[in-house]
Amino acid sequence: MTSMKSQETTLLTTGLRTYSKTRRKAMLKSAAIHFVLIVACIIAVYPFLRVVSISLRPGVALLSTSLALIPKGATLDNYRTLILDKDFTVWLWNSLIVSVATVLIGLLLAATAAYAFSRWKFPGRRQGLVFLLLTQMVPPGMLLLPIYIMVVRLNLFNTYTGMIIAYSVGSVPFSIWLLKGYYDTIPKELEEAALVDGADPLTTFYRIVLPLAAPALAIAGLFSFMTAWNEYMMARVMLQKASMFTWPLGFQKLRDQFTTQWGVFSAASVLVAIPAMLLFLYSSKWLISGLTLGGLKE
Amino acid sequence: MLPLTWDIVVQGIGEVGKLIFFVAVAVISLEVVAYLILVKWLKFKNALPFMLMLPALAGVAILILYPFGFNIYLAFSNMSMYRFKEFSVGWQYGISNLLDVFRVPVLQRVTFFQLFLRTFIWTAINVVFHVLGGLILAILLNRPMRGKAIYRTLLVVPWAIPQVIAALAWRCEFHYQYGFVNILLEKLGLRAVQWMSDPFWAFIAVVVVNIWLGIPFMMVTILGGLQSISPDYYDAAQIDGASGWQQFRFITLPLLNPILTPAIILGVIWTFNNFNVIYLVTGGGPMEGTDILVTSLYKAVFEFYRYGFGAAYSLVIFLFLLVFSVIYLRISGGFKGAWEA
Repeated sequence: MTSMKSQETTLLTTGLRTYSKTRRKAMLKSAAIHFVLIVACIIAVYPFLRVVSISLRPGVALLSTSLALIPKGATLDNYRTLILDKDFTVWLWNSLIVSVATVLIGLLLAATAAYAFSRWKFPGRRQGLVFLLLTQMVPPGMLLLPIYIMVVRLNLFNTYTGMIIAYSVGSVPFSIWLLKGYYDTIPKELEEAALVDGADPLTTFYRIVLPLAAPALAIAGLFSFMTAWNEYMMARVMLQKASMFTWPLGFQKLRDQFTTQWGVFSAASVLVAIPAMLLFLYSSKWLISGLTLGGLKE
Repeated sequence: MLPLTWDIVVQGIGEVGKLIFFVAVAVISLEVVAYLILVKWLKFKNALPFMLMLPALAGVAILILYPFGFNIYLAFSNMSMYRFKEFSVGWQYGISNLLDVFRVPVLQRVTFFQLFLRTFIWTAINVVFHVLGGLILAILLNRPMRGKAIYRTLLVVPWAIPQVIAALAWRCEFHYQYGFVNILLEKLGLRAVQWMSDPFWAFIAVVVVNIWLGIPFMMVTILGGLQSISPDYYDAAQIDGASGWQQFRFITLPLLNPILTPAIILGVIWTFNNFNVIYLVTGGGPMEGTDILVTSLYKAVFEFYRYGFGAAYSLVIFLFLLVFSVIYLRISGGFKGAWEA
């Protein structure tokens, strides 16, 4: 009787022991995973935290080898200098107006073209879609020279018009792919019903399809906005007058005076990066589905 | 006083308003002409889709096809800064431009073959690290765990920061004395590195920046792919006694393929074409030691003003990209199904 009982307890204790062993192993594994992820997060975020920290440095401590995230004597002076003494607001305005106009023109071109690709099986449709992909492969800089020469000959150098023309078609192929993918998901029956009721195809498109595609239009618009807003190389070629600079050019100018303007440059970076990051985080899931070209829909 | 004055705002809106009005008028008149020709005159069967595409076609023709053709034309010219208006065109110029790409230094010292090799190394290192880093992080994140949303958000930060800002900020941080990279190295007891004056270390610096920038895209893409794999496969594999590696090799990788293929193609094209990171972090220097094909193209054209040569050079680069993409698409079966909607 007693021997059986002791046997039972030994069974129980070995069971408990193996249980606690696997449990400890699982906990170790989970701790290791968290550790790796935390290190990765620090690497991902630290450079930006540094920018924030430098933007708060007072002028006297601008060049220091301290790694403290909140600098001694933290101040918002750099932000005041940036907004009142530098052309920061002008750069932002230039970028804004160019980007908004680019989005409007780009969407005007892409919205109807994508509809044609989605609904009609005309000859050359497939080749057209592949061609749009191919345009994305053209190295940056290849069309820069011809477009630069065009803009100079049209006397549009250093103007918003020249910039907008140069930008406007850039994101059209991507927008067409994204919108086509979305139109494909709208049931054709809706349009067929409207056509039976006597509406012409164009009215059907504007009244029924376009409103339904509003979210996709918003996303396509958002992405062409971000492309134009962040563009650097074309702007560098097209704009030479400091008052016409878009923010990437202006920022580079600030950075070139690194030793004197590091704080101001960092303040500018913080002010532009934070809204951009929020917008990006909000919209990134749609970006992925657009980037994989709708070719992966299950 | 704010530097942005009311006048600047009004002027800007006026100019842009005029442009948009002009574009609208151009689109409408184009459509009217197309309607008259295609519908009234030719009674063309596919008139409607064609008219829907017409504005985009015109835009692509004016701003992609025409410049592309003009670029080929320029490749056959001797255009340069001194011959901007009066340049001549002829076969002999085209041939000598093309030969020059392989014959003389593209910039001051670096040759096409060096640049090509460097671009290849640059692309290979970056894409391998992007995919590996993205894969590891995605696998770690693909499980129920505390703080998953926070990790994901923080890890995406390098992708979310505008690239220009990230590149310029990193450039400051590679400063010998005040950049955090060297400060950290010294705190760890290592020697500070001459990041910006030694070509080898400068190349390491741009690679580090670009790997940092590129991992989140792969991570998010792969994570999306992992989440679409049904857990049933893994349950079945576990019952059959498959090891973790076997599960990864025979379930995860094949099922990730449809996501990985386009992501890798995009990754290769983006990295190959990456101008901003190199140009803004090192400017291609020191001694042209970090230039890749696309940065040297930009510099040959806009810093050395060799227009005809640059046009020929850009055609060579484009052909390489094209051949790569076609081969890759053939091998992988790429975007199959994308147009069978």
